[in-house]
Parts: sequence; C-alpha cells; structure tokens
Amino acid sequence: MNIIETHGLGKRYRRTWALRDCALAVPAGSVVALVGHNGAGKTTLLNLLVGLIEPTEGSASVLGGEPAGSPAALDAVGYVAQEAPLYQNLTVGDTLRVIASLNRRWDQPRAEARLAELGIPLNRRVRRMSGGQQAQLALTLALARRPKLLVLDEPLAMLDPLARFDFMDTVMTAASQDGLSVVLSSHVLAELERVADHLILLSRGRLQVAGKVRNLLDRHQVLTGPAITAAKLAAQLPPVHIATDDDLARILVSSGDQTGELPEGWRREPASLEEMVLGYLREPSVSALPEAEEVLA
Amino acid sequence: MTPMTIPAHEAPAAPAVRPVPWRKLAWVGWRQHRLALAGAAALLTGVCAWMLISGLQMRSALNSFGLTSCTPLTASSCSTQETVFINDYYSGAQVVVGVLTVIPILVGALVGGPMVARELETGTFRLSWTQGSGRTRWLIARLVLLAVAVTAGAAAVSLMFSWYYHPMLQLGQDSPLAPQIFDLRGVAFAGWTLAAFAISVCAGALIRRVIPAIVAAIAVWSGLLVTVVFWLRNHYQAPLTGTGLINPTAGTGQGAQWVLTQWWIQPGGAPASQSEIASLSSQLRQAGGLPTPQAVQQWFAEQGYIKYFTYQPAGRFWSFQLIEGGWLLALSVLLGAATVWMIRHRAT
Repeated sequence: MNIIETHGLGKRYRRTWALRDCALAVPAGSVVALVGHNGAGKTTLLNLLVGLIEPTEGSASVLGGEPAGSPAALDAVGYVAQEAPLYQNLTVGDTLRVIASLNRRWDQPRAEARLAELGIPLNRRVRRMSGGQQAQLALTLALARRPKLLVLDEPLAMLDPLARFDFMDTVMTAASQDGLSVVLSSHVLAELERVADHLILLSRGRLQVAGKVRNLLDRHQVLTGPAITAAKLAAQLPPVHIATDDDLARILVSSGDQTGELPEGWRREPASLEEMVLGYLREPSVSALPEAEEVLA
Repeated sequence: MTPMTIPAHEAPAAPAVRPVPWRKLAWVGWRQHRLALAGAAALLTGVCAWMLISGLQMRSALNSFGLTSCTPLTASSCSTQETVFINDYYSGAQVVVGVLTVIPILVGALVGGPMVARELETGTFRLSWTQGSGRTRWLIARLVLLAVAVTAGAAAVSLMFSWYYHPMLQLGQDSPLAPQIFDLRGVAFAGWTLAAFAISVCAGALIRRVIPAIVAAIAVWSGLLVTVVFWLRNHYQAPLTGTGLINPTAGTGQGAQWVLTQWWIQPGGAPASQSEIASLSSQLRQAGGLPTPQAVQQWFAEQGYIKYFTYQPAGRFWSFQLIEGGWLLALSVLLGAATVWMIRHRAT
C-alpha cells in the first residue's frame, strides 16, 4: 500500500506555480524527509497532502487511495503545521479536550502520559509555554489521534538541539510501535539523516531528487583530489556538484560505475546524505529521479 | 516524471468513517466562544435591566398621573396629564430606542466577527481544519450554535422592549410602524441581529482579519439598515391614501398610522405650494391660534384647503414584520452558505 501517491500534482497561486508535475509513490511505513530551499514548494506539498488546499491540477491520495482531505483521510492523518499553531488562550488540558472533541479516535491516556513525561502540567496556559513545549504539545495532539500518517512541517525549527533529539525520538518510537508513516520537512539535515529512509528534494516547485535514501546513497559518491585536475576529471563524468577548498576538490557524482580507474591523487568515498542534499541544493538544474526500470527492480 | 516506487492500485478496504457527532463539535464551539457569548449576554442583560427599571418607573408615573383610568385619552382632562407624562418620559424612552438600534450589530460583530477571522488571522485553522471532523462540520456546528444563541438573546431583548414601550404606543406617541421602533419589536429585532452576525462571519471569512472584518460588517449592516428604513420598507405593501385629519385620536403624538407623504389641495383642486402653506400658517399664528394639528387642520379647512396623505395602516404591523423577518432570515442563511462555500474552497 502506498501511504502517499500523487499524479501530476500541481498548485498555482495566481500566476506562479508553487508546485508542478509532482509524481510520488511512498510505501506505507516510510519515514520521508522533505527538503528544499525556502519557497521550493515544501509547505504547498504538505498542505495538499493534508487537504488544507486543493490541487490546481493532478491528484493526491493518502492511506492507499483516499483522496487527500476526504473524511477518511482527515480521520487518519495527523498534521503539525509550521510554527505549531495552538489556541494560545486555552490551558493544556482544555486544548486536549477541544482536539479530542474534534476527532473520532482519541487516546487520552497516551496524551497525558506523554505530557507528564515532558513535564508539562495540564493546567498550564499554552501562551505561557516555550516554543519547544508548544511544538511538543502539537505533536502530542497529533499522536493522540493515533494517525496512520503523520505530517510534520518544519517541526524542528522551534527546538533546541536536545529538544530536537527528544522530539524525533518520540516520532521514531511512534513510527516503529504503531507502524506509522511519517513525512517531515526540515532544514536540519543532520537530524534527517538519522531518521529518514526516503528523501524528497523540491526545487522551485519541482521534484529534483526522490527515492529511497539507501538507493540514493548507493548511487552517489564523493571523489576527492587535487583541485588542479578536478576540471579534467569532471569533464569525463557528469558531476552533480564540484566543491573546491583551496587546493582540494570534492566532486559529488551520481553514476552506475563505481569501480572505474581514477587519476593519480584521487580517491573515492561514499556520500553522506547531508553532502548529497547540499550538492543538489546548489545545483537546481541536476535531478535524480528514478527511471521506470529502476523502480521495478 | 515517474513514481518513486511501484504504485499500489488495489482499492482500500475502507469502511465508511462515522463522522464526529454534532454534540462534540457544538461543545468545542461553546468552549471557544463562551467569552464572546458571555460578553453579549452581559450587554443584553444590562439593557434589559435598564428597560425593566425605567419601564416600572414609567408605569408608576402613568398610575400616579391617573392616565391608566383615562378613557378616551383625547378627553381634555387627560390631555394635560398626558402632556406632562410625555414631557417627562418620552425623551428618555428615545435614548433606549437609540441604544437598542445599535445592539444587533454590536452583538453580531462581537460574536460573529472573530468566529472565522481569528482562526485565519492566527493560523490555528491549520490545526482545527485538519482534525478528523473536517472543516465543514466544524464550521456548520458553531455557525448554527452561535446563530441560535444571538437570535434567542435578541428575541428576549425585543420582548422586553415591547413591554417597555407599550405605554408610548398606547398614548399614540408613535406608530408601531414608525422607522425608529419598528425593527426593535416583533421578529425584526432578532432578524437584524441574526443578519448582523451572518454579515460579520462572512466578512471574517472574506477579509481574514478580525478588526477589519468587524469594521466592514458594521459599515455593511448600517448601510443595509439605512437603505431599508428610507427606501425599502414603505414598499412592502402599496400605501393607502387618506384625506382629512391624520390619526384623529392621537392626541399630541404621531398616532398609529405610519404617514409617508402629505400635501394640501387648493380650493381650485391643484396642489398647494410650500409658500402658500407657509403664509396660511403664519396667518393662523397672527390670529393667535395654537398650531396643533387639529387647529391647523381646522384653519386650513375653513380656507377651503383639503389635506391628503399616503400612509401604511398600523394593522399591517405583523405582515411587515413577517416580510422583514423573512428576508433577513433568508439573507442570513445565504450568507452562512456563502461562508461555508468559501471555507471549503478558499483556504490558506
């Protein structure tokens, strides 16, 4: 079952396309990292998946064929929007009651246990809580609905490094315990590397990179060597990105041939997710999308 | 572009999702708007208390002036007492009338303005609209709950006002159809309050910010009221034409009929001009007569002038009320439906 499936998905605001030609199929149980520059269309894609906006063209479905935003989809998709919007005038306890009343399924003991773990008292006003606590409360609300798909838009932006770790820990525990699928957009690449098994990279409203993290890393490598010969080497293989630091060059390449002879002074090393993503972010014209036969393989 | 993995084409075994019950959604609406409702209730209770105290004073004055046992009111023994009573209480009653005139939009904007606009302004719609109930049921639940609450509150105030103002109508001070009091009684007051609420909610969905939405709602509602009072209401039914003395039993007041226009016909049969009327009136004053309606009427009649007027009879009060209440209800339902449509299709 594909937890997310989109066909030719596009969204236009007035004259600009925020997202276009987006074709995705993500199997259930995945943890998907969504990356891209600001304004690349990440939030637009997530808003389409949770049904907050309607597509201009194409279609999006979740949970194996439920149209995004349909009652069945809303029932089983948990969403934490950017900056974790909450009712600032309510207490934590009232927030739980309000959100519980807006849902068919609700796990109150789970929500209370998690808040107790975080040390957030139920009688605290939301507006008196730190940004990090508010993000944690928003995640608690989403998880207490026992969703099958959890969508998180920049959930780490409001958190300090330790809180980021705890936050992602909660997400990953839920993912493994409940078989939950997760999509999260973030700029914190190091954190994504730890958790994501799928990657979607958007650039100017289009898919630039999409695939399983393991497959992508298998296909990418970094060649390091003297900067003087970098241009010559690069001419022989289409590089994704060349980074030079004084006399040392690092070339990110995507190729099937991973054993070929290298010029003197050059060596090969596996690419990290962070280096690969940064390479593509700097080269928006290069894409890495799976070919049909590769998908089937 | 090709999919990332093999698309799964098997249809999901989806049992129909049972929707979240209205009762729970209504509770959320109550929880989130109870402060606004409490504010509106306090305002309405204050106005009612004011009318109760002032209405009781008015009644004890009626008793002490002996006006309750005075029949008919035009009897000369009554008219002096009546004049004193009117001098003492009519202007106070007009202050109540003035305050009540703006109550519908105050209540409507206070409760309806923030209903959708606050969620849009603060971004919490991203939280509330992605819950299992979905945004349509979320909206309809609170729309109906708050609409019923403000309409019921307004109806109670309107009943209170009918009791309060009854002596003035009994004494023939105003026609029940008079513009300043017509829409404070019957079903019109509740109708105007419901419409103010619906306009405020709709403005909030359209403008998406609380304060500008409230300002726009006040402007639109006031414009509508002025249009109705000055141009629309007198056309609900074709007015009648009368001749002679208007409201002969009215004493010093306006009387029961709602007079729209009036003019004099010369002895020759042509309409009298303004200057002609003015000169006749000054002749009456020079002759030492008091310019009461009766005296003017008699004086003009002696000169061979006949008065004509168009009017809406007081007996049409309830049919006018139902017409006005009916179209205000229809307008409110329409605006509510437009809001639901906007929220469904025009998000973020």
